[in-house]
Amino acid sequence: MKVILRKKRGYVIILGNCDWKVDFEVENKHREEGGIVMYRILRKETLNDVVELMEIHAPYVARKCEPGQFIILRVGEDGERIPLTIADYSREKETITIIYQIVGYSTRELAKLNEGDELTDFVGPLGAPTVLHQSKHVVGVAGGVGSAPLYPQLRALAQMGVDVDVIIGGREAQYVLWADEFRKFCKNVYITTDDGSLGDKGFVTTKLSQLIEQGEDIDEVIAIGPVPMMKAVVGVTKPLNIKTSVSLNPIMIDGTGMCGCCRVSVDGKIKFACVDGPDFDGLQVDFDELMARQRMFKEEEHQVSENANRMCNLMGGAQNA
Amino acid sequence: MPNMSLEKVKMPEQDPQVRNKNFDEVSLGYTPEQAMEEATRCLNCRKPFCMQGCPVGVPIPEFIQHVAHGEFEEAYETITRENALPAICGRVCPQENQCEGQCIRGKRKGAESVGIGRLERFVADYHREHGTKKLLNIEKNGKKVAVVGSGPAGITCAGELAKKGYDVTVFEALHKTGGVLSYGIPEFRLPKSLVQQEVDGVAELGVDFETNVVVGRSITIDELQEQGYEAIFVGSGAGLPRFQGIPGENLNGVYAANEFLTRVNLMKGYEFPNHPTPVKITDTVCVIGAGNVAMDAARTAKRLGAKNVYIVYRRGAEEVPARAEEVHHAKEEGIIFKLLTNPVKIEGENGWVKSMECVEMELGEPDESGRRRPVVKEGSNFTIETGTVIVSIGQSPNPLIRQTTPGLDTQRWGGIIVDEETMKTSKDGVYAGGDVVTGAATVILAMGAGKKAAQAIDNALKNK
Repeated sequence: MKVILRKKRGYVIILGNCDWKVDFEVENKHREEGGIVMYRILRKETLNDVVELMEIHAPYVARKCEPGQFIILRVGEDGERIPLTIADYSREKETITIIYQIVGYSTRELAKLNEGDELTDFVGPLGAPTVLHQSKHVVGVAGGVGSAPLYPQLRALAQMGVDVDVIIGGREAQYVLWADEFRKFCKNVYITTDDGSLGDKGFVTTKLSQLIEQGEDIDEVIAIGPVPMMKAVVGVTKPLNIKTSVSLNPIMIDGTGMCGCCRVSVDGKIKFACVDGPDFDGLQVDFDELMARQRMFKEEEHQVSENANRMCNLMGGAQNA
Repeated sequence: MPNMSLEKVKMPEQDPQVRNKNFDEVSLGYTPEQAMEEATRCLNCRKPFCMQGCPVGVPIPEFIQHVAHGEFEEAYETITRENALPAICGRVCPQENQCEGQCIRGKRKGAESVGIGRLERFVADYHREHGTKKLLNIEKNGKKVAVVGSGPAGITCAGELAKKGYDVTVFEALHKTGGVLSYGIPEFRLPKSLVQQEVDGVAELGVDFETNVVVGRSITIDELQEQGYEAIFVGSGAGLPRFQGIPGENLNGVYAANEFLTRVNLMKGYEFPNHPTPVKITDTVCVIGAGNVAMDAARTAKRLGAKNVYIVYRRGAEEVPARAEEVHHAKEEGIIFKLLTNPVKIEGENGWVKSMECVEMELGEPDESGRRRPVVKEGSNFTIETGTVIVSIGQSPNPLIRQTTPGLDTQRWGGIIVDEETMKTSKDGVYAGGDVVTGAATVILAMGAGKKAAQAIDNALKNK
């Protein structure tokens, strides 16, 4: 009798000539024998007090992904769909590296997981790959976790023979991410911090303006980070008409071109970040609208965290009683 | 002697003022006695017009005769010969335009057709509660077929092919199967447990479901062919929502109906904050459009606590495209219809919707769709104070597959072009059906397409 083991919605189905049953014992044995379990966390690192890295086994995504694309993951059967840009990938190991900042309830749930644990869902690659232009000189600008999506883009450009510089900004030294990784292929790595604890004191735009004033010939700027930072970068490049690419992170649900939640205005037209982006021509993006849209559920984010704390206290109280 | 009552046996329903505050199913279904009584209204016509109205060809008089005789399991077997998802069709088909629209009993003025949809639903529900599972002995033929999307078109096609012995794998982009039946149609109209059971029924036939695979991104149609899938059926559904292109559509508080319904149905936003995906509405909600999706959005908003919910539609009552029962239920639940009204501008304050400016319309000459064209009444502008606007004016097909599949011909508006008899596309071995071909349509039409494609795939592969 032919027996096929498959993992479906968390259980294994044994198929033999079409009669089937769910067998949790087989599932557990399958795991113990080292059978394939989807979306396992193979590596977890803490990068600073709010940012962590995970490397996840995700064959479908790892086989196909290109710089600029993102994934959506879920933690738990009721979890939110969380979009995150792909920071790195390995075709051989079939893994994807993600970097995330712990900002609310769902990222805190993600951060509770450890090496060896599994994610409930992990889908991708989503979004259109970055269109990499063969040019002479590109300056990347990263703010906070923006280093993650910027990294594969700049690396690919460097491999194409483009001169690549990067400006990495953070509030203080610990929030400047991946400077050493960028040094491997960037000609110059400039660092700015708000408090001057690392590199120059100031903003990424201060450094960018300086480079331009020094007469550097820049073909393209790629800016990825918080929306106010990308807006400020465009504030510098737009008057000089320097080509500027940005990667947008509006609120998203399905991420596959169905719900329409992630719409942004680019050159006055509605675009959907999940299928038309996430990369857009920064000179045409309506950043103020995007910032307003990102605040749509601010109150609710707070509410869900409070609710979780309260449930947690209730459970704790019950156990103590 | 048939039962000559002019009206259908009433189906028990939750009270409108109770149900507009909960997400439990609105209609409660017939009892066996009620079903048998309704079934005796069928004349068992020699030439059953009802069957001509059914896109999947259910032997309607035959199953109804079984119901009349109390042979509910036989009735179930009769239906499922042609329709794999009776519990769903009984609930969401627009019967008044299909089987019931053709029924001879409804032709006389003031008379109602036989309640075919209600009977179908009864039979499916009865089987779910009392029926026994039959182990099908399917002989596998070793041929692999891939199905893209687990909505009504996909699961129908997959089920039909599995019964014929094919090894079928269904690829679903979301984390949950069911497509629009899961993310779109609300719990109170189509319980999700029921959708899951129907999908599980298809899995029992040996169909493999892979969730979290976006065909066009995670894997392409060409790569599926390289992996040995001898035929591929694309049922990826309607895609991105359309907007009117009026000012203010990107203000906070404006949802596409797809987003609003996905937050509530798929992500269980109505149980926020116990489920973490939020959905936010205000006392007044305006829904633009009057299709089934618009009715679902309006009734969902009411259940989430909105006091005044408006359906704003630019044509008249005659042209409302939603199923008659949904319109009736919506009105009972207190949804206010503003017909012959078209929004022209959404006004905001600090980035949030504050009001919507509309114009009144009147009906002119028929347009290309055969419906009378709405024309603006000059100077009729007025404003509705509202904090939420839900746009429900249709979708355009998802672009991912057409962008990544060379050799697949599509319409200018993005729909995949098929041969209507076989659902075959311009690309060898690739078939398509459902909303990705027709644009947003009905569950049953998608199922009909899935069934046709399964037959054509079998014809093409069985002698290969």
